Order: sequence, then C-alpha cells, then structure tokens
Amino acid sequence: MQVNRRQFFKICSAGLGGSSIAVMGFSPTAALAEVRTYKLARATETRSTCPYCSVACGLLVYSTGDRSKNSQSEIIHVEGDPDNPVNRGTLCPKGAGVRDMMQSKDRLKWPEVREPGTNEWKRISWHDAIERITKHMKADRDKNFVTQNKDGVTVNRWPTFAALAASAATNEGGYITVKMLRTLGVTQLDTQARI
Amino acid sequence: MGDRSEEARKAKLIVVDPRFNRTAAVADIYAPIRPGSNIAFFGGVINYLLSNDKIHHDYVKHYTNAAFLIDPGFGFDDGLFSGYDEVKRSYGSKDTWKYQMGADGFAKIDDTLQDPNCVFQLMKKHYSRYTPEMVNKVCGTPKDAFLKVCEIVATTAAANKTLSYLYALGLTEHSNGSQNIRCAAMIQLLLGNMGMAGGGINALRGHSNVQGITDMCLYAQTLPGYLGAPTDGDKDFATYVAKRTPKALRPGQMNFPQNFPKWFVSLTKAWYGNAATKETNFAYDYFPKLGGASDALSIFNDMFHGKVNGFFCQGFNPLASLPNKKKVGDALAKLKYMIVIDPLATDTSEFWKPHGEFNEVDPSKIATEVFRLPATFFAETSGTLTNSGRVVQWGWKAANAPGDSKDDAEIVAEIFLTLRAMYAKEGGAFPDAIRDLTWAYNQPFSPSPEEVLREINGKALVDLTVPKDPTKILFKAGDQLPSFGFLRDDGSTSCGNWIYCGTWSQAGNNTARRDNSDPSGLGQTLNWGFSWPVNRRILYNRASADLQGKPWDSSRTVLKWTGKAWGGNDVPDMRPNAAPEEYVMPFIMTPEGVGRLFSREIMADGPLPEHYEPFESPIDNNPLHPKVKSNPVARVYKADMEAFGTAKDFPYVATTYRLVEHFHFWTKYSQANAIVQPEQFVEIGEALAKEKGIKAGDRVKVRSNRGFIKAVAVVTKRIKSLEVDGKQVHTIGIPIHWGFKGTAKPGFITNTLTPYVGDANTQTPEYKAFLVNVEKI
Repeated sequence: MQVNRRQFFKICSAGLGGSSIAVMGFSPTAALAEVRTYKLARATETRSTCPYCSVACGLLVYSTGDRSKNSQSEIIHVEGDPDNPVNRGTLCPKGAGVRDMMQSKDRLKWPEVREPGTNEWKRISWHDAIERITKHMKADRDKNFVTQNKDGVTVNRWPTFAALAASAATNEGGYITVKMLRTLGVTQLDTQARI
Repeated sequence: MGDRSEEARKAKLIVVDPRFNRTAAVADIYAPIRPGSNIAFFGGVINYLLSNDKIHHDYVKHYTNAAFLIDPGFGFDDGLFSGYDEVKRSYGSKDTWKYQMGADGFAKIDDTLQDPNCVFQLMKKHYSRYTPEMVNKVCGTPKDAFLKVCEIVATTAAANKTLSYLYALGLTEHSNGSQNIRCAAMIQLLLGNMGMAGGGINALRGHSNVQGITDMCLYAQTLPGYLGAPTDGDKDFATYVAKRTPKALRPGQMNFPQNFPKWFVSLTKAWYGNAATKETNFAYDYFPKLGGASDALSIFNDMFHGKVNGFFCQGFNPLASLPNKKKVGDALAKLKYMIVIDPLATDTSEFWKPHGEFNEVDPSKIATEVFRLPATFFAETSGTLTNSGRVVQWGWKAANAPGDSKDDAEIVAEIFLTLRAMYAKEGGAFPDAIRDLTWAYNQPFSPSPEEVLREINGKALVDLTVPKDPTKILFKAGDQLPSFGFLRDDGSTSCGNWIYCGTWSQAGNNTARRDNSDPSGLGQTLNWGFSWPVNRRILYNRASADLQGKPWDSSRTVLKWTGKAWGGNDVPDMRPNAAPEEYVMPFIMTPEGVGRLFSREIMADGPLPEHYEPFESPIDNNPLHPKVKSNPVARVYKADMEAFGTAKDFPYVATTYRLVEHFHFWTKYSQANAIVQPEQFVEIGEALAKEKGIKAGDRVKVRSNRGFIKAVAVVTKRIKSLEVDGKQVHTIGIPIHWGFKGTAKPGFITNTLTPYVGDANTQTPEYKAFLVNVEKI
C-alpha cells in the first residue's frame, strides 16, 4: 500500500496512533518524511565525461524517461561523478553549465543549404542534402584527382578538397571519418590539435 | 600539483604568466613574463641548473643523450645553427646536427661528459649566454623572482623529489612553440623527473577528445597511431617502410619503432581487408601521398588563392579560430561548396551572412554553396574520449539529439555509401580504394561505436600460434587481441590503431571499466577505463628506477626490478624480463634508448632551443643576436609578411586567452555561461589605462595591422608593464570567446587581430604574442 504525504496526515488525524499504522499492514516509506519527492529519484542516470576541455571530468547526466523504446528523454540535470578519479565529483563553471549547452537555442535541427549568392538558409531533407553534397564531391574528385606526380610516382590524391575534423568527436567518429577521407584521397586534412 | 600533493608532500606551486591569474593568486611564487619570451626564461633555468650543478647526475648520464658525441662541424653563430640556407629560409643541410657514428654502427658516447662535442658540453656552452641579467632584459621578469623560481626548480634534482610541469596553449601558440615544450622537457630530463610519479610534462589540452583525435591522426602527416603517412618522396612501398623503420643507435636497445611494419600492415588489413595482400604491397597505392605542406594555415592559404573547391568542416569553427579572420572569410568565399557538420549554428557556417560590423560581407558576391548538417552533442551518442593523460573512457548516450540530428559516424556513412554507389554505377577517378574499403557494420548506414572500437582494437584474422611452437594456438581467428605485442606484418592480424590495441580485448570493453581503487596511493587507478599504450599510466616509467632497478624514491614506487621481471604499480614500459645488467634504457621509442637533450635533425629550427622574438615584437632587436630577430625558418607567406605591424604603429603587446567561465567559441551559445560572462572585454593594465585616458567600463577599439575589434575595457592591476631591453612594454589581454552567433552578446572575432604565422614545426599560430594599438571610442 502506497500513501502520499497528504493521505498520511489524513490517516493520522483520523485518530490512529503512529504505532497502529504498522499493525494495519503498512509502514510509511521513506518518502513520507519528505516535503516532496526529488525529481532525480525517478530520473535515469547516465555516466559520461565532460565535452569541454581534455581533463575529462566524469559527469552524471540525469534525464526523464527510462530508455524504453520510443520514449523521449530530456536531460534535466548534470553533476560531477563522485566515483570518477579525475574530478571526484567536482566541476568547473563550464562543466556545471553544460545542460544549457545541450539545450541551446542555436542547436541545429535539420539539414539546410545556403545557395550561391543568396542571403538565406533553406531547409532540405537529409536525402537531398546527401545527394547534392555527393554530386559536388564526385564531380570535383573526378575532375581533379591526381593519380601520378610528375616523377611518375603513384600518389592517388584529391588536392582540391580540404577537411577539418572535430577534436570533440568520439574516437569512433574520428576513426570512421579518417578512414573515409584517406580512402577518397584527401591529404588536405587537419584538426584542432594544432590550433 | 593539486591540493593533495600540496598537503601530503608540501609541494610548491610556481606560476609564470604575463597575467597575475587566479592560479597565481594561490601560488607560492609568481613571476611575470613578457609574452613570447619563454625560451629566454627556460634557457636561463637550464643555465642555472648547469652552472650551479643542480642536475640529477646518474639520470642525466645514463637516461639522456648528454654523453653522445655530435658531429664536430656542428655550430651556432650569431643566432643561426650550422647549415642555414638564407634563400630557402630553412636548414638545407642538417648533417652536422647528427651523432658521430662508430665503426660498430652505433652512436659514439663519452661517459665522462668532457668531450667538447658531447651534448652536455654543447648545451652548457649554448645556454651560458642565458644569464639572469639576460633573462631580465628579454623577459622583463625581475631578477629576484626568476632566481627564486630557479632555486625551487633546482631542489627537484634530488632523486626523491619531482617537479610536475603543466602547460597549455600559452606555450604552444608561438612561432617557436615546439621549442618551448622541448625546453620544459630538457629541464625535466636534467632534473630526472621524466617517468616519475608526480613528474613529467603534462599538457592541458583544449578539447575533450583532442588527444583521441590526434591519436586517430585526423591530420595530414600521419595515419592512425602516428604512423608517418606516405609522401611523394617515398617512391614505393619498400622505400616507405624502410624509411620509417629505424635501426637501433645503441647496442641492446628496444628501439620500439622497429615494429612499424606490423602496425602499418595491420592497419591496411583493417581498412582494405582482402585487397591488402603481400602481392598488392598491402594496398599501399590506396593511401594518398602527401605532396607538400598540409596544415590549417597552408590549407586556408591555398583556399585563399582559389586552389580548393570543396571543404568538409566537421565540428570546427575556422572563421573564429584561425588567425586573420578577414583572410579566412575571403578564403571561404572562394570555395564552390562547403559541408558543415556541427551541433551548433557556427560563425563559420554563416561567413557569407552580414552581421553588422561583426561580419561585413556582401552575400550576393559570394558563390559558395553551404550545407549545414545537424550533428549530435556529447551525451547524445555513446563512445570513447581520450583525455590528456591518455585515459580512454567510455561515455553512454543519455538522450536523443534535437530534431533530425545524426551522429558523425552516421553522416560519414551516408556520404561514403552514397559515393560508393555512385562510383559502382558510373565509374570515375580511381574507384578501387572506395570499392574495397571494409564496411562490415551490422547497419552500414549507422556503424555502432562498439563495432568501430572493436575494429580499432584489432583481431586475429587466422589462428595465431606460438612462434616457437606452432601446435599451440594463442588466439583463434576472430579473437580480439589484448595487446599490439601480438600484431604481425604478414597480414594475419588487423588493427585500426595499434596504440589502442587492448581497448576492446576478448575481456570486452576495457574503456568502460569503473573500478577506481588506487592501491598504491599514487593515483594509479589501473582498472578505471584504459590508458594507451597497454593500459600504462606513466610513460617511460622504467626511468623511475635507477640502473639496478631500484626506485629513485621508494615512497612512490612506480616500477622496480624484482629479480626476474619488472613489477610495481604500473604496466612496465620495458621488456618485462630485461634485467638491469642488460642495460636496456628507458626511452624505448627512440632508437638510442635515451631522452634527447639535443634533438638531432628532428626539429626544423635547431637541435637546441634558441630564443627568437615573436614576428611582431615590441623591441627593435633580439638582445641575444641582433642579426637574427625572429624564427629564421618559420613559414611566412608573402602577403602575411607584409601584413605584420611594427612597434612604431602598434606599440603594445597583445596576448589572447580563455576565461574560466567559457569554452572556446562554444559556450557563447549556452545561457548559463552567457550570464556569467556576457560581453566582450579586454584587460588593460592601470599604467597604460592612465596614459591613454581609459577608465574601467569605457569602450575601446583595439587595432592590429589586420583589423580591429571593439570591447569594454577592464582596467586591472593583474597585468603590469615590464621593462624589456630598456623599454617599458605594456601588454593587453584579449579573451577570445565572442562572435556574431550565439546567446552571449554579439561581439567581434578576436582572431581578426592575430598574425597568420605559425610555429616552425607544427604551424600552430602565434596567438600569444603580437602587436596592437588601443584607443578610447
């Protein structure tokens, strides 16, 4: 039997002594003593590390929902992970505010294109975006790919395409990216490591 | 250097910085320094240690190249090392920077350290010019503050004392940034602090996975795991491998890079599978060959000159983070197409859009087609990040990203698989590598981080047997490998990145381990995540023990010789059964086995760090050698050289930096951060403010020869003017965090001001020392 705080007081005011509540077959749960239940008690806790600098402070990310399929979760709180030996629960002012970063009004939500000479973004589908991008890439690559240099050495490179990669991407995202870029022949490649 | 070491070991905290910053406020010693004069300061410390005999003698003699003999033709004269080519602005010949080689094929040494051509004597001579008076003259650091720093640093020459060296971009963002770091490393070698618990050179790097992305080598010069990428100079596979597989320079040394063929061949198997065979030279032709300079500065210079058509911009905001915003914006306007992949609406993605005086452009004249694709942010996808201490930690997905966002792997998969289908259907330039790339993911359009990490880790492709007993099976075909020690060069193993081998072994995902126990009390949480290589936490930890294998400091034993093997509180960075009498030295990644005080022919700008002035310097000459003022081999493009300003027009030194409340150009999008630091400001010392009639809160215009920014003036006691070479030099501090997009108040991109020149070795831009003028608006 579950009772909320209001019901608990109602039961008590009906003249029953505290001790007889247990006799009646239920005991008040810990929640009864609380003013209200904590949001975090029913949140899902996920372990992560901070997305900012490279110290890698551990984070506990709390979200609504229980990760069941089709449930939408929203992050409601982030705090330092006391188990993580890097930060032992502490966070700097940047890490402590990271929820606002995830929920920034400037998050991109769908693919867009800005066409030559125009002054606006146009929303497009993923399908159209990928098709238009790969058409540009293939035409450029086929036209400018260099198979041999002037000394006859096989060089197989695509000199007219450049890439800057994200130092905040995961290792797995970065690895897949470099695997593709090198395979396409890209040598004009760099990352924030240098900056 | 945290609170724990301060309490437990009475550690002293030293801060050397142009600004009296928050760390300085809690430091034992603070020494001010003029931006861009670091090597003069370090050189002074080296001179102090050598002339006062404050070095760790046994360590220096055995574990460094102090005793190695250098070519007698080596010299340093008037600011230049031997072999300089003035026309090419480079050291055309570095032959005199090499070791003297003996008839036995090994480098010659002089154990007494007395030979005039030994590294120790060359170093002593080189740094004798860096007297405390010279340090004061070049750096502006008061002599007593400098000497106090030296005295404390010198105490750690004792075998049982260490110095931990922490640095960030304040050292790297200079035209001689790499040599700054080398100076710190040399000091640590002289003091015997490398490989020790509480020692080392510790970079506080700038992004959550800058270490991992560097390890995966998303830059031109290397392939995953720092395997030198093939270049036009490698005429074939055999030449390529031979050049990158060094021979030991001293007898009996591990010379670990000799395993290069195993690492490279295993990478080719991970990428090109059955197309990578002995007959095809392991698909060597599939790897593009590097034709010349390729770094952010050279790439944008090429783009500026119309040589680049397409640009893939993944989680990077170059308009804000590269020098000379005007040049970068003009370069982007020359592109045909640009693909922006980012969680945020970055400034770069809108380089073509007018944003008042913050971005004055005419979109009708810009023909670049820009695509902007929404990407996930950190807790919206699972996977690993690697921190500055090389600890790889798994993070779990907590929520979906907004709207139709996809993660980087999905976006890359979409682009790649679409291109592959187009090449299969229509043909085109060199489709072979595209056709043969391995892509065996369960859902090809959505490779999972688990699958990718297993591929990076590597596996056995056939049953692997014990080399001495082929009847014994070590690993069955398909088994995940626990260490790169099992990789082979015959195509029987695959591995996407050899240094990550062990992250996902047969035991499972080792990066997700969460046992934080620290039995040694040294902070060695060996079962928390996974530290590359092979879960080793302290690199070169063999150097924490003496020649006999006894720890220099038994109260913090990292490694010791147990009589049969190396043991202790870390994974040994040494062959486990290498007995001390075998004389295998600790620096296993060098062919000589020892740490390099003298860097041979490896650096572009000299084997010993030398002070050169920033390209924009407030003083007329380099006080050490008037004929050579700035780094003689730093690459400067002609138009950028012409865009340098002089002290006559721009009399003040400027230095850019970050605030504790903001992260680069990200948190201007975050409300919490925009509340605590809403508006762009610059810091001006009280003396300069008085001189210019600027009061706290006034708006000021800061100009360099490349542009201007406007900001609020913070008048402060924290930046003092310094007397440099007989002249009062004022420094203006400029935080970088603003731009025209975001939640914080719109501001100017700070890099409008900065010069387009980088470090001679890495091309890291010189953001920390340049010239500006300032006026009240």
